[in-house]
Amino acid sequence: MRKNLDIIAAYSIMLGLIILVGFLQSWSMALSILCLCLISAVMTIGANIQWGYAGLINFGIMGYTALGGLAAVLVSAPPVEEAWKAGGFNMLLCAFIIFSMIFIIRIITKKFSKSKNRTYIIAGIIIAGLILLRLISAPAIESIEAVNPATTGFLGGMGLPILFSWIVGAFFAGGLAYVIGKIALGLRADYLAIATLLISEIVIAVIKHEDWLSRGVKNVIGLKRPVPYEIDLQGKEWFINLVQKLNQGSLNLITNSLEKQQALKQLVIESSTVFVKLCFAGLFTAVVIILLIITQKALYSPWGRMMRAIRDNDEAANAMGKNVVKQHLLIFVLGSAIVGIAGAMLVTYDGLFTPGSYRPMRYTFLIWVMVIVGGSGNNFGAILGGFAVWFLWIEAAPIALFLINFFTIGLEETNALKVHLIDSIPYFRFLMMGIGLLLIMRYRPKGILPEKIKRV
Amino acid sequence: MDFLNAIILLLNYLFVPALAYGSQLALGAIFVSLIYGILRFAYFTAGDLMSFGTMFTILFTWYFQSLGISLGFLPTALIAIPFGILITIFYVLLKDKLVFSYYRIKKSPPVMLAMVSIGTMFVTQAIVRIIIGPFDRRFFDGEKFIIKANEFKEMTGLNEGLAIKSTQVITLFVTVIVVSILFWFLNKTKTGKSMRAYSDNEDLALLSGIDPKKVVMITWVIAAILATVGGALYGLDKSFKPFTYFNNMLPIFAAAIVGGIGNPFGAFLGGYVIAFSEILLTYAYKKFFVYLLPESLEPDSLLQLLSTDYKFAVSFSILVIVLLFRPSGIFKGKVL
Repeated sequence: MRKNLDIIAAYSIMLGLIILVGFLQSWSMALSILCLCLISAVMTIGANIQWGYAGLINFGIMGYTALGGLAAVLVSAPPVEEAWKAGGFNMLLCAFIIFSMIFIIRIITKKFSKSKNRTYIIAGIIIAGLILLRLISAPAIESIEAVNPATTGFLGGMGLPILFSWIVGAFFAGGLAYVIGKIALGLRADYLAIATLLISEIVIAVIKHEDWLSRGVKNVIGLKRPVPYEIDLQGKEWFINLVQKLNQGSLNLITNSLEKQQALKQLVIESSTVFVKLCFAGLFTAVVIILLIITQKALYSPWGRMMRAIRDNDEAANAMGKNVVKQHLLIFVLGSAIVGIAGAMLVTYDGLFTPGSYRPMRYTFLIWVMVIVGGSGNNFGAILGGFAVWFLWIEAAPIALFLINFFTIGLEETNALKVHLIDSIPYFRFLMMGIGLLLIMRYRPKGILPEKIKRV
Repeated sequence: MDFLNAIILLLNYLFVPALAYGSQLALGAIFVSLIYGILRFAYFTAGDLMSFGTMFTILFTWYFQSLGISLGFLPTALIAIPFGILITIFYVLLKDKLVFSYYRIKKSPPVMLAMVSIGTMFVTQAIVRIIIGPFDRRFFDGEKFIIKANEFKEMTGLNEGLAIKSTQVITLFVTVIVVSILFWFLNKTKTGKSMRAYSDNEDLALLSGIDPKKVVMITWVIAAILATVGGALYGLDKSFKPFTYFNNMLPIFAAAIVGGIGNPFGAFLGGYVIAFSEILLTYAYKKFFVYLLPESLEPDSLLQLLSTDYKFAVSFSILVIVLLFRPSGIFKGKVL
């Protein structure tokens, strides 16, 4: 118990802060912070597996998040039959061509030894394949995008419950990570960082501009939720009764029955949003706890010890007969798959998919700040980092406003400097993140909750 | 005649813009490469340092404009650049003193320093947005074109016009001057040689009495100069928006790596490689072939290899290909 005192203390403070927001601002706000904290926590678990366990830098988190989001769309959006009729066959043909290209190239690389001719043949196959793809897909894409472009204009999804997409998202992200890992994992640390950053930008570019697949910047809205809708709840008998029961005390104070009715109605509307967010928070907490248990078990298993050995000295680990390349690839895929789950969760929570909103600041660098601040190598630390940093990211504006008012107390309301500062409040969060990261890296380089290594 | 028209078309839409854009990238790539070679870490603040320098250039431009100072047909920003450079130099040296020197003395691994540079990236970005805001700003004044498309058509009697913006010429001119001074400095002066020695082998350089503090300081000064000049030129040619500058970090890194990171000359060429491939692959060649081919063979599609949406993706793909086949870059840089 004593051993884990710091963890308990840190988490109690964090929960206390969120509850404080509930009292000071609103419960709906506190719960949405909590939900996004939980999603961030899933992302940091993924990043922490890669960085904390294995020392791999992955600056492509944004790409996996977006891919997870795409999975949510492809799983849950209703299929657009017209579009499938218009161009579905051609797109399937394209997929088939891509797979056969990969297959043929694999066979060639396996069967023939390296030579100039082999390179030319492979290049020829790729170029011919690309031309063929272009010829087949161009008319199909055009006709798909022409199908009712204001509302659909894409192939749509499979119309399944969105919860499936959390698993599909993991597979998408893991698949991408496998390809990237095969290409880039041999690179030295900072090259890997840059390469993954740039590859994630390519992924975003594709999602943004391939309208037939993801509707691109036109966004997909109205994805089905796994939890009830506010409007349905407000009509349900049991929910109204529940609200009435919970607020018995304050309702009894109102004597006028008409006013009482009004007050109850208001309460029902307010509590319905809180209830929905509670449902989400419950789902997300379940995911975080499951992942935490699995990753904790993995960390203290022989496999986890091997990963740490590889991280700290890969040459020695290699000499002991551990396959460093294979393990790196494995952990790269696993970590990215977890990030993919988070991406799908995020889209589930928002109910919409906006490819334009994926920016490296928010989805790559911020997650890294979370991992570093929280404590890399320690799952509890990484999750705490996700909570603390996200909390600060949201609450930075009120804090900045307070500080500005405090320091410019002598100035008039119309003072140009004060007005300018108050106008630029949203950007103080970058300042806080930067300074926070720099301070942590300087004075507590292992994070708030540092990695603990059990001695055997 | 048609042949000439086709050539002018390519010059106008392809060659001239790519040359200007390439120069702007090259300036950025050189300083990223220098920092990588001498300080030994990936400097993620690159794009934001450029926007920092440009911001002060803009502020000084506004100040000079309010005083009524101008350069006639040249943009006022040209006199503001030196002042922007001074402030940026002050900023990077301060940052080095407060942040980076600690890790350098402790000999932290490069990854740690890269992370720290992400911290300074957040801070720099915040400073720029708080001072000047996130909006799109144009600060170009003076004569916009050196040759207008119409004038060119009248002069030569061709169908296609060639428009050359003065910013493009200024970009090229300034780049040539700055880069030649830089390479003269690195190759001919004693300090420059000591920097190269330090980059090549730190221990040996220290043994032969090179002052590491001086080398580091000069590296930062050069970085500040190149960042401000490159950023201001980009802003003059297009427009200034902090988010665009942050995004420009990516092609700059691509250029630095393609050219062989740690090798300034490679980075210089890498900038052009990236710029030309971006524009060559996303240009619609239809009109070009309309001029060249007989009417019966005229193409009816746009003949565009990739849509312009994939502009950035092109440079990153090139980077990935280079990393796969020549991890040390086209022009040998530091070996991985």
